[in-house]
Amino acid sequence: MNRVTSYLKSLMLLELLAGLGLTFKYLWRPKYTVRYPMEHIPKSNRFRGLHALRRYPNGEERCIACKLCEAVCPALAITIDSAPREDGTRRTTRYDIDLFKCIFCGFCEESCPVDSIVETSIHEYHFEKRGENIVTKPQLLAIGDRFEKEIAAARAQDAAFR
Amino acid sequence: MSFQLICFYAFAAVTVGAALAVISVRSPVHAALCLVLTFFSTACTWLLADAEFLAIALVLVYVGAVMVLFLFVVMMLDLDLDPLREGFVRALPVGLVVAVVMLVEMLGLIGVRTMQLPAPPEPAAAAGMSNTSWLANALFSQFLLPFEVAALILTVAIVAAIPLTLRHRVGVRTQDPGRQVRVKARDRVRIVKMAAEKPAMPADAGETTP
Amino acid sequence: MDSITAAFHWFVSTFPTLSMALGLLLLPLVPLIIGVAMYVWWERKVIGWMHVRMGPNKVGPFGLAQTFADVFKLLLKEVVYPANSNKALFLLAPLWALIPSFAAWAVIPIGPNVAWSNANAGLLFLLAMTSMGVYGIIIAGWASNSRYAMLGAMRSAAQVVSYEIAMGFSLVSVLILAGSLNLSDIVQAQAGGKGLFDWFWLPLLPMFVIYFVSGVAETNRAPFDVAEGESEIVAGFHVEYSGAPFAVFFLTEYANMILVSFLAPILFLGGWLSPFPASWGLLGEPGWWWLCAKAFFFATAYVWFRASFPRYRYDQIMRLGWKVFIPITIVWVFVAGCMKYFGWVTTGA
Repeated sequence: MNRVTSYLKSLMLLELLAGLGLTFKYLWRPKYTVRYPMEHIPKSNRFRGLHALRRYPNGEERCIACKLCEAVCPALAITIDSAPREDGTRRTTRYDIDLFKCIFCGFCEESCPVDSIVETSIHEYHFEKRGENIVTKPQLLAIGDRFEKEIAAARAQDAAFR
Repeated sequence: MSFQLICFYAFAAVTVGAALAVISVRSPVHAALCLVLTFFSTACTWLLADAEFLAIALVLVYVGAVMVLFLFVVMMLDLDLDPLREGFVRALPVGLVVAVVMLVEMLGLIGVRTMQLPAPPEPAAAAGMSNTSWLANALFSQFLLPFEVAALILTVAIVAAIPLTLRHRVGVRTQDPGRQVRVKARDRVRIVKMAAEKPAMPADAGETTP
Repeated sequence: MDSITAAFHWFVSTFPTLSMALGLLLLPLVPLIIGVAMYVWWERKVIGWMHVRMGPNKVGPFGLAQTFADVFKLLLKEVVYPANSNKALFLLAPLWALIPSFAAWAVIPIGPNVAWSNANAGLLFLLAMTSMGVYGIIIAGWASNSRYAMLGAMRSAAQVVSYEIAMGFSLVSVLILAGSLNLSDIVQAQAGGKGLFDWFWLPLLPMFVIYFVSGVAETNRAPFDVAEGESEIVAGFHVEYSGAPFAVFFLTEYANMILVSFLAPILFLGGWLSPFPASWGLLGEPGWWWLCAKAFFFATAYVWFRASFPRYRYDQIMRLGWKVFIPITIVWVFVAGCMKYFGWVTTGA
């Protein structure tokens, strides 16, 4: 293109008007915004959120204190102490997860031979005091009891791929 | 005392005070700002005299443009003040003499004129038009030639100032936005079409893939 | 409460003229400040929509109270003074920016001869006031005792001074056609039977474009906002400002934008005149609503530009101002002179 036509073209502001036209077109588009607390985007059944300890249907806790999760945890977030219970079975006396250390990789869940430690799809939680970031065994069991239905459903959906 | 007179005295007092501050404050930036105030209050006194065009032109040209550049220079220079202040007392008598002579001259000029002739009627009001249009009429009819000569001299001054300060240094690489805008992709990049080639198989494949 | 009302009554009865003047002064300021708040909301909304977002929608209906929430947050914040800064000038700077931008509103007519001051040299007064606003920026940059602020101030001042020339020339061509410096007379000169084809935008089309683009540059808005180029100099001249002084700078910037948006229709698009011929009944009726509608369009154009264009490089801004706009305006001033002299344009009804 020679100089004169390029001057004329730039003086007519054609490129700028094209840009304005584009933004004007976008003005009317439906918006992508998700109004978060009111709207949620769909979550995968493999979502890895807050941890839980599960029980068998008869109420017996699944965990056998094999400490595989403690060993595999790359962030060293899990601390387990174990002792024999009155009936002679090996059980955990302490099962702490430090959520500040946890990187939600899901290795604990993969390593568990009895499907005891799982990661639920809960991701909206907060701490108000220092120390609350360490979730203890009773808390984990309570989460498991409360969301057992959802946890079991998510595991059943994914069972074919495990 | 009319409101206008009170205003006049107030503006005049501010003008004189600010003008004194220009030569007495320590920081050059403060001095420049005081000069701005001086110009502005002078413009206000001119407004009181119905010279609205001159007053606003003063604000527009001196306050709006000249003093901005002044401030620029003062802010950039970061002057060392102490050596400048040393000469103040020594130069004071000379300065005072010059000031007094100027005052006497101005008083003489204005005083002689007012004594000789009675104050003429306001020309703009006499012509029945606003001060601005009267000024324009006078400038572009009666005083057209001096006006154009002044404009020409100013243009020459601008043109002369640019060659004086313009330096073409060799070896400095600068961008020319005009050329940058005009450039097209095909001036810079050459796209070559090539047929896909297969590497020749070595006769004896030394290693096997696992 | 009673003592306040009593004091108010005493003040009004003792100084009737003074309280009248104060009331008259406050009358345009309150709508202006509310207009600025609404404009900030509208800007955030429109830019949001153009980014395929929603913009503020939580505080109040449609997020309308968002700006007020932001303003109160700013006003309640601490004002931090930079070390070794000049405190008096630091506080003077936002005021020096704000007062000329408010003072300029005195001569804006919203109807035939309806203005606070229907001054003969109204347009000159406007130019003088807009050029005064630069001081706020320069002093802010200097008093902050910060390199970033200083660089922002230099850039901004150089830009404003250069674009003022192009803007001044485009105003000169309007003056030539209208034959008056009075803004009311300028609008009246655009009246005529042909509606919007009688306005000055048609004979002065290049000037009209240049006026608005220079207005954008003069208010330091995108795409000419190198004075506060975040990626280079953090926030330019107001890096060190926080709390109420920052709010004042913010208010000034938006008040100036609204001012330019009002001036463009007054000078080129027939102010309060209707775009339709008078025979169309109510639609052909002139009125302040036409002025507001036109100003709203230009105010939205500001936002539209900001959502569309990337920031100019500084040397490109200077090139555009000095090497493109000023030559075009000088030529068109001559063309406008010819139009007037040979009577190619008709002015007045």
